[in-house]
Amino acid sequence: MNGLFAAITLQDFLTSLVGGFARSMKIDTETTATIAFFLAALIHASLLLGLFAGLPVFYIWLERKVAGRIQDRLGPTRVGGSFGWLQTIADGIKLIQKEDLVPEDADSLIFRMSPYLATIASFAAFMVLPIADGWVAVSAECGAFLILALMSLEVLGIILAGYSSGSKWALFGAMREAAQMVSYEIPMAICALIPLLIAGSLNFQVIGRMQSGWFWNWFIFHDPFAFLAFFCYFTVATASVKRAPFDLAEAESELVAGFHTEYSGFRWSIFFLAEYSSMFAVSAVAALLFLGGSNVGLFGIDELLGHLRGAGTGALGIEGFSVGTYLANLIGAGVLIAKGCLLVFVQIWVRWTLPRLRIDQVMTTCLKYLVPISCFLFLMAVLWPLVLASTIRRPTFSGQPMGDKSVQHIAVPAVRVASKSEGVAR
Amino acid sequence: MTDELLFWVFSILVCGGAIAVVATQNVVRMAFWLVVSLGSVAALFFLLHADFLGAAQLLIYVGGTVVLLVFGVMLTASGPYVQIRTSPAEMIFGATVGGGLFFVLFSSIGWVDWVSLSARLPATPAIPAASDYAQESRAGQQVTVAGSSSPAAELDAQQQQGRTIRQLGLGFLGLRPDRNLKEGGTRGLAPGYLLPFEIISIHLLVVLIGASYLARAKRRVDRNESRGLG
Repeated sequence: MNGLFAAITLQDFLTSLVGGFARSMKIDTETTATIAFFLAALIHASLLLGLFAGLPVFYIWLERKVAGRIQDRLGPTRVGGSFGWLQTIADGIKLIQKEDLVPEDADSLIFRMSPYLATIASFAAFMVLPIADGWVAVSAECGAFLILALMSLEVLGIILAGYSSGSKWALFGAMREAAQMVSYEIPMAICALIPLLIAGSLNFQVIGRMQSGWFWNWFIFHDPFAFLAFFCYFTVATASVKRAPFDLAEAESELVAGFHTEYSGFRWSIFFLAEYSSMFAVSAVAALLFLGGSNVGLFGIDELLGHLRGAGTGALGIEGFSVGTYLANLIGAGVLIAKGCLLVFVQIWVRWTLPRLRIDQVMTTCLKYLVPISCFLFLMAVLWPLVLASTIRRPTFSGQPMGDKSVQHIAVPAVRVASKSEGVAR
Repeated sequence: MTDELLFWVFSILVCGGAIAVVATQNVVRMAFWLVVSLGSVAALFFLLHADFLGAAQLLIYVGGTVVLLVFGVMLTASGPYVQIRTSPAEMIFGATVGGGLFFVLFSSIGWVDWVSLSARLPATPAIPAASDYAQESRAGQQVTVAGSSSPAAELDAQQQQGRTIRQLGLGFLGLRPDRNLKEGGTRGLAPGYLLPFEIISIHLLVVLIGASYLARAKRRVDRNESRGLG
C-alpha cells in the first residue's frame, strides 16, 4: 500500500474535473476551486444524508420484522412484496401527511426547534465517522473525542422537547432521560478509552489501520480486559441511545410515550430518525474501536484489497485518482456498515427478548455496577502491557508491539485535511 | 473565500444568540439560545483548525453546562415556565457593566497596531515535536506538504490542520519537546503543565466528594436501632 495512491480527496477530484471544463471555457483557477469546493461539500452532505436517512428506513423495517418473528408473527407482509420491504416508506408518507400539532400549553418556539436539535446532533456524528479507510467527511485528529462530544448533544434536544411540551408525561420522560444519559456517558467514555489507549491515537483511521490483518489483531482480542470492555461498551451504548431494556424515557406502560408524547407527524418521525441513526452511530463506533473497523479480518482478503489500492491510477484523466482504491474503499464501507448492522440487529433482538428495567434499577446498574466495572477494566488495561513486559518481556502476547505497528501504519496517510495552506479556498 | 463566508455566518450566530439570551425572559428559551451561541463558538474554533478546542467546547459547554442548566430549571421550577423579570435598576446596572466591558474590549482591540505586532512575531512559529510525531510528519510530507522540506514547516502545517493532540497530551504530562528543541537546549528544559493539571484534577475530586456529601440523603439515626446494630 503506497500512501500516494490513496491521497486524493473528493475536493481534489472535483477540482481536476471542473478544471478540465474551466480550461475550455477560460475561467480562472480561483473560481474553479470555489466551484469544486461547493460541489464537494454538496456531494459529501448528500451522501451522508443518504446514509443517515437510509439506514433508519432499513432498521425500522428490520425492527418490525424481527419483533414479529420473535413474537411468532409475520410482521409486515403487504407493502412491497411478501417481505413488506416498503413498509417504512409507506409509514413515512403517512407521517408527513399528518397535521403538525403544537399543544396549547407548549412553548411553541422550543417545541418546534427541539426535534431539529436532536437530529442535528445525531447527524453531526456521521461527519467524523470514517465509512472506509480514506472515506471520511471530516478527518479530524481527535475524531474519537469529537464523536463522543457530538453524540452527547442529542440529550439536549430531548430534554428541551420534554420540557416545552407542557405535559407531565413528557416532562417525566425528559427528566429520566437527562438523568440516564448524563450518567451513562461516564462509563461509555471510559470503555471507549480502552481501545484508544491500546492504539495511542484518537484518529479513527489510525485505529482502523492498526487492526488490519487477521481478526485476532482486532482490539477486542488484544487483551482479556479489552474483550470485557467491548461488552461493557455495548451495554452502555445501548443505554445511551435509550433502547430497551433501558428505554425508561419512553416507557409506554408508565409514561404514555415519554418525551415525545405530544409530538406527531414529521417532528415525531425525525425523533425516530435520530434514534435509529444514533443506534447505527454507536454500533459503528463499537465496530471501529473493537471489531477492526473496515477490515474484513481474514488476512488473504485484506491483502488482496490492499493490492487493489493504487490500481488503475490516473483513470478518467485525473491525477491521483485510482479505480482500485475506490473499489477497495467501497468494499471497506460495505464491511463497516455490515458490522454496524449486525450490532444494531443485536440491539433489536435484545429489545424484544428482555424485560424493561425500573428507573431506579437503571440508575443502580450504571452508578453501582457499570462505572466501577469500566474503571476497573480501564486500570487493568493500563497495567496489562506492563505486567506482560515484566513477565514475558514483550508488551503483547503475539504479533508485533503496538508501538512499532503505529509508526508503520501512520506512514500510509490516506486522507488529506484541507487546510489554509493547501485547501482550495486559498 | 468560503472560510470567510462561514466565519461571518457563525459570528452572526454567536452574537445573535448572545443578544437573544439577554433579551428573552423565559429561562429555557435562554438555554436554547445559549446552545446556538456556544455551538457557533465551537464552529468558529473548527474554522480556525482548533479541532480539540472545538470538541471540548461542545462537550463541556453545550453538552454539559447547558444540560445541567435545563435540568436545574426543571427540578426547581414552581410554575410551568420560569420567567425572569428584571427591574429597571438591574437593567441600568447590567447595561453599565456590559457597556463598560464592551468599551474596554473594543478599544483595546481597536488601538492595538496589529501590523507592527505581527511583524515582531518570529517568521515561522514552527514547533518540532516528539520523535514519532516528526516521523509521522516526514511520512506525511511525501503527500501532504510537498515542496516544503524543513520539519519546522511541516509541523507548522500540521498545527494549522488542527493535529495538535499529541503536543497537547505531552504538554499535560510535563513535556514540551517543541520548546526544548526550538531553543536548542540553551535555556534548560521548558516546563509543561503537569502541576496545574494535577492541581485541577485534585480540585475536581474535592468538589465531587463535597457535592456528593451535600447531596446525600440525611437520614435521622435512631440511637436504639444503631446501638442494636452495633
